Amino acid sequence: MIDFGFTVSPSSRINLDEVDKKSFVALSKIEPDVVKCMACGSCSASCTVSQFQPTSVRKAILSLQNGQISQAMDFLKHCMLCGKCTMVCPRGINTRHLIISIQKIYGK
Amino acid sequence: MIYEGKKKIWADYQKEIPEDHYFYVRSCIRQSFFPASEATFLDITRNKLGKDIFETEHHTTCGGIAYHSDTIPQETVMTIIARQFALMKKYGYENYVCSCITSFGLYCETLETWREYPELQQKIAENLWKSCKLEFAKPKFLVHASDLIFKYRMQIASKSKFKLVNKNTGEPLRVVEHIGCHYSKMFPSKGVGGAEYPYVLVGMVEAWGGQIIDYPERRHCCGFGFRQYLIKGNRGYSVSNTHKKFESMEPFKPDMIITNCPGCPYFLDRWQYVIAETQGKTYGENGHGIPVFTYEEVAGLVMGYDPWDLGLQTHQVSVEPLLDKIGIPYDPAKKYLGRNGKYLGEPQKPHCLK
Repeated sequence: MIDFGFTVSPSSRINLDEVDKKSFVALSKIEPDVVKCMACGSCSASCTVSQFQPTSVRKAILSLQNGQISQAMDFLKHCMLCGKCTMVCPRGINTRHLIISIQKIYGK
Repeated sequence: MIYEGKKKIWADYQKEIPEDHYFYVRSCIRQSFFPASEATFLDITRNKLGKDIFETEHHTTCGGIAYHSDTIPQETVMTIIARQFALMKKYGYENYVCSCITSFGLYCETLETWREYPELQQKIAENLWKSCKLEFAKPKFLVHASDLIFKYRMQIASKSKFKLVNKNTGEPLRVVEHIGCHYSKMFPSKGVGGAEYPYVLVGMVEAWGGQIIDYPERRHCCGFGFRQYLIKGNRGYSVSNTHKKFESMEPFKPDMIITNCPGCPYFLDRWQYVIAETQGKTYGENGHGIPVFTYEEVAGLVMGYDPWDLGLQTHQVSVEPLLDKIGIPYDPAKKYLGRNGKYLGEPQKPHCLK
């Protein structure tokens, strides 16, 4: 093996064919609005906690769709359920309720 | 590949490509990376197809690499480009064809900027006159050299001696097409087939008998990305991009890769060596890599050019297994001989990559 002074980083590629979608389907049944998210980021921008901790409903939804469950839960674990994100969502998603439902389905 | 949806996309992105009379500008880096590609383009278009393709030794770089490396300002690049266009007019041409994808993207960007900001265009025209005493002009049609080969693909197919078919099985070769990012990702309407699934190389491969394979990271960058490679500390990022693409295409067992950019074939070819030496992984059959070609090289191969005259000995990944698969004859003894029979020297053999 040759040392070139740089190396290949582990791939961040996600194979969606291998992602278990059962939990997300279950979530969509009780929270149909989850598929309405257009990832605008208004929730993250308005979030008080996100100024101090990596908290984002937008990133959590994307991570759940990509099957990255623990990463998604990390994006929500500091949420105080203040509901500001619900007030600013242009799609009218009840994000506060959605976060509670995510915790019920995916939480340990 | 699932054709139905893609055919609809391709129908939405068609561009007008004039048949003949072009002012041709070369790439800065292709002549050292893949030395015969541009010569092959000129030979095919001029001598085999009888087209009027003019080039002058007075043209320069477009400034793209310096621009994308943030070392020169946009107005400088625009003045360089204005000079290229002025040369086109000086020699009596209206159609401009460039060999490089970076240049093509930069020309598109510049023309759009001038359209959006006419006062800037006026300033560049003044700069051009002050610095070069040349009259400002814009091309009537701007195309990339792969657009032209795409347009001539059926004429090339009619003169072909070989097809992209496995002679042992009779099956079409499984081909990965890789488009340079600056071809149509910035301006989808400027490319044949748009940005998502460009048709320009697909059309060539289909016309010459091959089969395009689809894979998840098809639209991913080759890894060049200018500063990702030019700064040594960032090269891990560059090779990781390439690694991601190869991991994605590997299950589809491609026979070859065709590209239309100066950087892409270089990095897809050379990084296979680095991946092999650092990871111990090869992606072709029996310890070989997947051979990577420019579209001119593939056109030359199907038209019966000698592989060594096409410069295929300068590739990192050996091309002989693919030549054997198609049935293209070659003389191994002449691999490292120059045009006049002069010995060019042989590179050291890699440890992992055959």
